[in-house]
Amino acid sequence: MLLQKSAKERNPLMNRHSISDTNILLYITFAVFVVMYAAAIIFLGSGFLKPQTFFSILNENAALIILSCGMSIVMISGGIDISVGAVTALVCMSCAVNLDFNGGSVLTAILLALFVGLMFGLVQGFLVAYLEVQPFIVTLAGMFFAKGMTTIVNSTQFNVVHEGFQKLKSTRINIPGMGSYNKLGIVVPAYVEIGVIVAIITVVVLFMVLRWTKLGRNFYAVGGNSQSANMLGINVKRTKFLAHILCGLLAGIGGFVYFLHVGSGSPSHASGAEMNAIASSIIGGTMLTGGVGNIIGTFFGVLSLSTIKNIVSSLGLDEAWWTNITVAAMICLFLLIQSVVLSRKNKNKL
Amino acid sequence: MASFKSASQESAAKRIGSFLAKLVKHQIFIPIAALLILVIFNLIADPSFFAISLDQNSLGNPVFSGYLITILDNASELVILAIGMTLVTAASGGQDISVGSAIAISGSVMLRVLCGTNSRPEVLQAPIIVAFLVCCVVAMLFGAFNGTLVAIFKIQPMVATLILFTAGRSVAAWINKNELPIISDASFGYYGNFIPGIPIPTPIFIAVACMILIALVLKFTNLGLYTQSVGINANSSRLNGIDPALIKFITFVILGLCVAVAGFIKVSRFSTINYSVIAKDIEMDAILAVALGGNALNGGKFNMGASILGAYVIQFLTTTLYKFNVVSSALPAYKAVVVIILVVLSAPIVRDKITETWKKLAPVKIAKEAS
Repeated sequence: MLLQKSAKERNPLMNRHSISDTNILLYITFAVFVVMYAAAIIFLGSGFLKPQTFFSILNENAALIILSCGMSIVMISGGIDISVGAVTALVCMSCAVNLDFNGGSVLTAILLALFVGLMFGLVQGFLVAYLEVQPFIVTLAGMFFAKGMTTIVNSTQFNVVHEGFQKLKSTRINIPGMGSYNKLGIVVPAYVEIGVIVAIITVVVLFMVLRWTKLGRNFYAVGGNSQSANMLGINVKRTKFLAHILCGLLAGIGGFVYFLHVGSGSPSHASGAEMNAIASSIIGGTMLTGGVGNIIGTFFGVLSLSTIKNIVSSLGLDEAWWTNITVAAMICLFLLIQSVVLSRKNKNKL
Repeated sequence: MASFKSASQESAAKRIGSFLAKLVKHQIFIPIAALLILVIFNLIADPSFFAISLDQNSLGNPVFSGYLITILDNASELVILAIGMTLVTAASGGQDISVGSAIAISGSVMLRVLCGTNSRPEVLQAPIIVAFLVCCVVAMLFGAFNGTLVAIFKIQPMVATLILFTAGRSVAAWINKNELPIISDASFGYYGNFIPGIPIPTPIFIAVACMILIALVLKFTNLGLYTQSVGINANSSRLNGIDPALIKFITFVILGLCVAVAGFIKVSRFSTINYSVIAKDIEMDAILAVALGGNALNGGKFNMGASILGAYVIQFLTTTLYKFNVVSSALPAYKAVVVIILVVLSAPIVRDKITETWKKLAPVKIAKEAS
């Protein structure tokens, strides 16, 4: 008892009430988002004050939220998956072809999306977990395979005209009490699309899975130190396999949500989405070295990223390059913060 | 006499057998085998693939043309990048995925210096050598940026270079204010196409010069030894007096130099630049070249010759696919299949399995030979 107490006094990390370094990342993310949004309201006028601006950000980024969740899980378990963007494009294209040319229904399209995502997760997970190939190389190959397959399925962009799908696409869920008045004084209700509901359900479910289930804790254990996880009796290979399957499945779901938002199939869809997903996860406090991360953080990471994009475009710097440069600068900043946090953590260990 | 002859034949056969066994074990076997498969495939499909003819190009100069020349010509940038990528892979155990974007930047800088303020100048605003040197310095600075993130801040190479990968093409567009400068001076095109009077494409010479240079560097400096030791075990290298951070940093700067040369060739080919398309997906090919050369992608020992051969094999594959009318946007799918097969075959677990089964089969074979 005495020994324990002295250990606590010596090492601040063992004290539960002090903020641990990994939580700092989450708080930084949250603070950045709030500060950025507040700055946008103050300097860019009332546009950002409208609730609909916020909901539009959600509508546009529902797919990215889902993709980033998958990415976070893989990153927490110590891997990386850069194929999600290309898989999204492939899912969009196959669903579009299925609906318009092959006489499919919305249900078959959803099943197809899930199937494509799951297959990518299965194959990549098998290669990474059981054959121990570097995840980056495997998913790089997966990305190129998906890119190529998208053009093989159909090489041109086209809009989907399927009736049932159009109905689903234009479904809007109004949020009471959040509407705004337009110039004529008529109330315009604030709305979200179905994709946002799916995204929020995904975030909540995954948060609970990572927090309270054995599988979720295994992801952290394997990512933190796979050798000690192995000694604790955790099946490391199976955990990594499951992480990739989950990520693939989420890429399928995210792909369908993206498809629902844009309503077309194109080889250039979601290009660079994997980079945005990685960036969101990093901004959200997921450590690249594995073992640290939080789905809520990822959620705010996506919001921060899209807020900064909105700010950049409403500042009048709408030449395409500024967005990419600011995003890169943000990734750089958060990587440096992580690096500092990590070196502090290592110092505390010694 | 007859018995002597048969004995010498036997020993020759044995020697060839042991030579083959050694070759199979040797690292360079993988790219050579891949090259042989491609050559045989093309021979069967269409022998005219290997035809080389001496034609006149649009300027009236005699030039060699044919698929083989195209392969050697177009592989030049890839070969140069593979040299730098091999060193980075060996030292840091990761790959630089920003080389395509960095080529866009260095090409953009080059054109900016050559064009000055006017985007379509009648005469060059600066000597080509000055533009090239400026472009080298800029590319090395970006290499140093990646190197700092990897070596000092200890970020995984692929993620550190993700920053430049995301921003690179935007930076390239920004350098030229999103204009597309076109150089009308013919002498600028010599470096990417043909010098009048010489029938062999200039990029081949540049690539060969780079190969000779890196061979000399590896021969007469400790760079190769140090990168390998850092890649194998950074901590013990540090204890032996090698600074791992410095070595990693240097490899990234060298890759920056390679990027500048490759960017120079790329821009010179067309005398203009398209920021979003130039050197697109070349990072994949460069990584693939290193992997195809049988180098460990998580660092350590490397074989430069195998990487260079790997780069040529990839260009061979690309050209073959183009010849069979594969759409350029569908190309990645085929290459991805090749990558997957390669990485699966070179995975340690699979290799162990193969050697195990080989050992199980081998006694049977030896017994058969004895009988």
